[in-house]
Amino acid sequence: MLFLADFSVIKPEPGLMFWTTVIFLIFWFLMSRFAFKPIGAALKQRELDIQDALDQAKMARQEMANLQAENEKLLAHAREERSAILKEAKEAKEEIIAEAKERANAEYKRKVESAIRDIENQKMAAMVDLKNKAGQMAIEIAEKVLQRELSNKGEQETFAQSLVSQIKMN
Amino acid sequence: MIVIRKYCIALIFSGLTAFAFAQHGSEPTSPKTEATHQPTEATHEVPTSGAETAEHGAEMHGDCPCGAHEEKEEEFSAGDNAVHHIADANAIQIIGDVYFHLPVILYAPGQGWTFTYSGAFKPEHHGNGTLAKDGYVLVHGNVMRIQDPAFPKGEVALQCDPTHETITTEAGKEKIVYKIGANNTCYHLDAKTTLDGGVMGGGFTSFYDFSITRNVFTMLMTVLLLFFLFRAVANAATRNHGKAPKGLQNFIEPFYTFIRDEVARPNIGPKYEKYMPYLLSAFFFILGLNLVGQIPFFPGSANVTGNISVTIILALITFLISTFSANRHFWEHTLWMPGVPAVLKILVLTPVEILGLFLKPFTLLLRLFANITAGHIVIMSFVSLIFIFGGAGKSMSGTITGIIASVPLSLFMMTLELLVAFLQAFIFTMLSAVYIGTAIEEPHHDAHH
Repeated sequence: MLFLADFSVIKPEPGLMFWTTVIFLIFWFLMSRFAFKPIGAALKQRELDIQDALDQAKMARQEMANLQAENEKLLAHAREERSAILKEAKEAKEEIIAEAKERANAEYKRKVESAIRDIENQKMAAMVDLKNKAGQMAIEIAEKVLQRELSNKGEQETFAQSLVSQIKMN
Repeated sequence: MIVIRKYCIALIFSGLTAFAFAQHGSEPTSPKTEATHQPTEATHEVPTSGAETAEHGAEMHGDCPCGAHEEKEEEFSAGDNAVHHIADANAIQIIGDVYFHLPVILYAPGQGWTFTYSGAFKPEHHGNGTLAKDGYVLVHGNVMRIQDPAFPKGEVALQCDPTHETITTEAGKEKIVYKIGANNTCYHLDAKTTLDGGVMGGGFTSFYDFSITRNVFTMLMTVLLLFFLFRAVANAATRNHGKAPKGLQNFIEPFYTFIRDEVARPNIGPKYEKYMPYLLSAFFFILGLNLVGQIPFFPGSANVTGNISVTIILALITFLISTFSANRHFWEHTLWMPGVPAVLKILVLTPVEILGLFLKPFTLLLRLFANITAGHIVIMSFVSLIFIFGGAGKSMSGTITGIIASVPLSLFMMTLELLVAFLQAFIFTMLSAVYIGTAIEEPHHDAHH
């Protein structure tokens, strides 16, 4: 049989109150100093870190989008430029070709003209030369005819004939 | 709004558990089987006056000078059992008559300090010592002092187990008087001093008990456990900086953030950080002790947060913090509410407000105490069903019936108490935060004046 126990939990006991105070105050001090402070700081830090990371991710995304837009713009610009350059090049090419053609034509003309002139000159020179040679030959033939006429009439004729054929040979 | 809703939920829950406590009040008379079995059995708390409660029935060491004991069969009282279980003690009864002895520190004006340990009283059965040491004896696990100053110091063998009877004092109050027999004389015993001023049957006596009792031991153990747990978490939190939390951290940190984001910040406001260490300490102190109290065997089971001495101190600290951090605005609204006629203020409002100032910590201490004590009593009562049905081991079939009835009920109650352990720690912290919050609240410029 148990002792008739009295309901002692409702009576404030100075001893238990004393120990509760001591233990709780020490607990409070130690926990706030060595447990809650570092844990709280770590949690706060982590929250900041996460917020930071989120912000940064957002910023990076924004930047990416910006970059992409810029790239697109750049690309478009480049494309435009390329087509412009191509167009210019085509034009330049055509111009060069036209110019070259023109120049070639001019040169050709000039060459032809100078050739004609040369030929003309040569022809003239040859004509003069021929005239001179023919004159000389005529003189020489005349000289020889004159010398032969005097001695033989028949012979004179054959001789003149040979001379003439000689000229023709030339 | 959220605060009010939470407060309501808290009130409903504490009301529910208080209901369980109220049921306990009628419990000693309610088990009918017990009443019919033991017609002479006194109720555990308020025994019928003059009844010779010699149902003790422990063996004698020779003739007892405190009168003859009727040798009665051992009977079982669920109420006594539960009340004994929830009480503080100077030695922890592990099982049967195996004790875990604790340091005993006593002070008696005139005699001075006595340092010993509970084993020095050589307890044998039911925590009753067989030796008196320096005028102190161990009665049912609690140290008591022999009133007679002429009682010899040193170790004196006791002749029999202590007895008690209920007397009626001049004031008409019933009081239990404990007696012990030694040296062929019957000596009256003094219980330790309590601060209830005699209202609860205690009062100032000839000695004070500053021992490391079962509750103090449990408190120390729990506090150390919590401290090392939190050190591990704090270390992990500092070391794992920049890494994802893992293990224990994931278990503890949500509690921390819960107290911070759900309790401190919404109730206290921007200055909440200053009060975080107290709120967290109170929360984990109460939660730890509640949970350790739930363990049904040796290092646990002590009813610490269900002891009013503990809750008084916790509520007192909350009271001191909220009172000393209260600002001008709070005092003005408490003592001289603006915008109310002076007569009304003097006659009604100010007295009520001042009363409320003390009622707040009072409800705080009573709520925690009542809920935890009620839980322990209800579980003990359900466990006691086994012994009630079985006639304390006499009837096998009764015992089996008792087990069938007791196990699911106890299981249900223990699960409920697990919830209550968290809930009461939360409510205490929550209300502490609310009281601090009201005390430091800044005036709203749009409201008055």
